Amino acid sequence: MSLDHSFVGRSYPPTAPYQVGREKIREFATAIGATDPAHHDPEAARALGHPDVVAPPTFPMVLTMAANRQMIEDPALGIDYSRVVHGDQRFAYTRPVVAGDELVCVNTVEDITSRGGHDFVTTRTEVSTVTGEPVVTAWMKLVVRGEN
Amino acid sequence: MELPTQTFRVTRADLIRYAGASGDFNPIHWSDRFATTVGLPGVIAHGMLTMALVGRAVTTWAGAADAVVDYGVRFTRPVVVPDDDSGTEIVVNAVARETAEAGLTRLDITATCNGEKVLAQARATVRTPLPTGVAGREG
Repeated sequence: MSLDHSFVGRSYPPTAPYQVGREKIREFATAIGATDPAHHDPEAARALGHPDVVAPPTFPMVLTMAANRQMIEDPALGIDYSRVVHGDQRFAYTRPVVAGDELVCVNTVEDITSRGGHDFVTTRTEVSTVTGEPVVTAWMKLVVRGEN
Repeated sequence: MELPTQTFRVTRADLIRYAGASGDFNPIHWSDRFATTVGLPGVIAHGMLTMALVGRAVTTWAGAADAVVDYGVRFTRPVVVPDDDSGTEIVVNAVARETAEAGLTRLDITATCNGEKVLAQARATVRTPLPTGVAGREG
């Protein structure tokens, strides 16, 4: 089954706000072995000019992965998640995510191509605060393997 | 400029911890039974865990937890993590290059596991400390 290429350029409604907790950042940092005090100690983060602990660079995936279900589970787009492989991932940061952020995600299907029996879907997720301040943009390329 | 090599050990316990912290509970990252039924040699690390560990290397090289302005990778090969105490090891190298923009450095990164590249097109752009007297990084 091929994907509906007319979805290119389509955006989805903003997701419900995600409240970034200090303990969640500490938990994530601990899980990846990131011991920099800026991830754990609010004072260390404030010394760098941030209001609270700073999330590691790939932390936004915690919310963008959940937000991307809007697209991945959209039956009209037609992604068979059982055949999906994560191809590429990129983040462009306006600033780091920090504890206390309330973040919303806007998902857009940026590109769909088909090659060699596989589909390639590039999604873009704009992450901003509930007041509209941009924080980070995440791009993900999914490879949907062909059947056989 | 070649940056000093950094290595990261990954065990099954690390995968479980990352699954919990990230919310990615795909069974290919914890069940050999499931992983082998979908054609993998065994449990593999989350691509995003590899990217996170390489991200640690990047912030360590940059010298600040908040220095990364852009970071992207392509996942080319799974990191197979054996069910033993020593797990496996990811070796991360990078070359730092100047960019057209003052205060920014680009890192071209390689990450290998058992001598094979697990990422391609891995790049990060980081803020580098500006000389005293130069305007701050904001704006």
